Amino acid sequence: MNYNWDWGVFFKPTGIGSEVYLDWFVSGLGWTLALALSAWIIALILGTVMGVARTLPNRWISGIASAYVELFRNIPLLVQLFIWYFLVPDFLPESLQIWFKQDIKPSTSAFISVVVCLGLFTSARVCEQVRTGIQALPKGQVNAGYALGLNIAQTYRHVLLPQAFRIIIPPLTSEFLNVFKNSSVASLIGLMELLAQTKQTAEFTANLFEAFTLATIIYFTLNMSLMVFMRWVEKKTSVPGLMSLGGK
Amino acid sequence: MDLSNIVPALPGLVEGMILTLELLFFAVLGGVALGTLLALARMSSNPVLSKLAGFYVNYFRSIPLLLVITWFYFMVPFIIGWITGRPTPIGAFTSCLIAFMMFEAAYYCEIVRAGIQSISKGQANAAYALGMTYSQAMRLIILPQAFRKMMPLLLMQSIILFQDTSLVYAVGLMDFLNTARSKGDIVGQPHEFLLLAGAVYFLISFSASMIVKRLQKKLAV
Repeated sequence: MNYNWDWGVFFKPTGIGSEVYLDWFVSGLGWTLALALSAWIIALILGTVMGVARTLPNRWISGIASAYVELFRNIPLLVQLFIWYFLVPDFLPESLQIWFKQDIKPSTSAFISVVVCLGLFTSARVCEQVRTGIQALPKGQVNAGYALGLNIAQTYRHVLLPQAFRIIIPPLTSEFLNVFKNSSVASLIGLMELLAQTKQTAEFTANLFEAFTLATIIYFTLNMSLMVFMRWVEKKTSVPGLMSLGGK
Repeated sequence: MDLSNIVPALPGLVEGMILTLELLFFAVLGGVALGTLLALARMSSNPVLSKLAGFYVNYFRSIPLLLVITWFYFMVPFIIGWITGRPTPIGAFTSCLIAFMMFEAAYYCEIVRAGIQSISKGQANAAYALGMTYSQAMRLIILPQAFRKMMPLLLMQSIILFQDTSLVYAVGLMDFLNTARSKGDIVGQPHEFLLLAGAVYFLISFSASMIVKRLQKKLAV
């Protein structure tokens, strides 16, 4: 088995315009970041709403929220992605369908599908963390809120959520990192994010070891730097008096 | 929605599910075994061994599973070729299996480590006081108790793995999802078959996680 090692391959021209292969990786990383951050915003907002809903005293509301969590947690991500990309568009109103399938670029429609899919998929996990965080607070916190004359919304807004979020930063961090890793499924519906660009480079140059090594290094560095950043956030926001990292 | 086409497709779907379950079974077996070794290495007093195991775990936890599956699909034949000196095609199933084992081992390692650390130090001391060696103490005293404690978490991780096996789609292996997709395309009902696949995955994962939750309550001390 002969294999021609060539670490300079990333600086070779791709033959398309004046691009070198490294440009593909840069553009792929850009898509990966855009996907993960947009999905994370959806996940955080929806997950918080659902997490709050799960702790409300109303049985109907908390029941719906827990059904939501079970649904999104028990279907594989890839199946969910296929549903959002292949199935849901066919059930949209006609004008939207034409817009989604013809008017926008294929990469845009794939992007929208992945963001919605990943956002909802992750929101179910964020929901569970938010619920755990709220339930970890002593019952006295809610009562104190009511005793001060706050209504339910105000109690959540000013008393429960600010504390809950600070407690759950570590598990939330790992969900945040998962969004970046999970965004690689986008390559399976043809979106040219980091993994897809890696595969393409490997196929074009036959230097697959180099291509995959670079991709691994990028993911690894991304993950590590996000982790360091989140540790810093955790330290900055830690609740004084608790056992958590950096608490005083 | 017309479901009449699903019946003739059933034997194929069952075959796909068998492949999925085979993949899951061997991946869990290999993953837990390798994960346990990694956990022991991570907790060993040998700094080189523990650093290496720590790096392995951090490495696999920071890259996407899909990257690992694709990597291994391309790489494993080459590596075997270099070792044995001639090109050896090993097929997508084996390369996926190796990818799952090595990737999941990093996650199982953390579960096993937490499990072992939750066992009181007195248990190990008592074992050594009885004259047991390190491996006897681990095998006969610590690990059986640790595994009992971490069984729910190991099973939960395996349910996640069951869902993640669908990623073998990337290398064209005919698992349950891929079979459902191709059958759906053949009969021109991709939507129905996709929903069917989703429903089957949901039912299996959901009922399995209910059973695990029950087990968790039962095993709770």
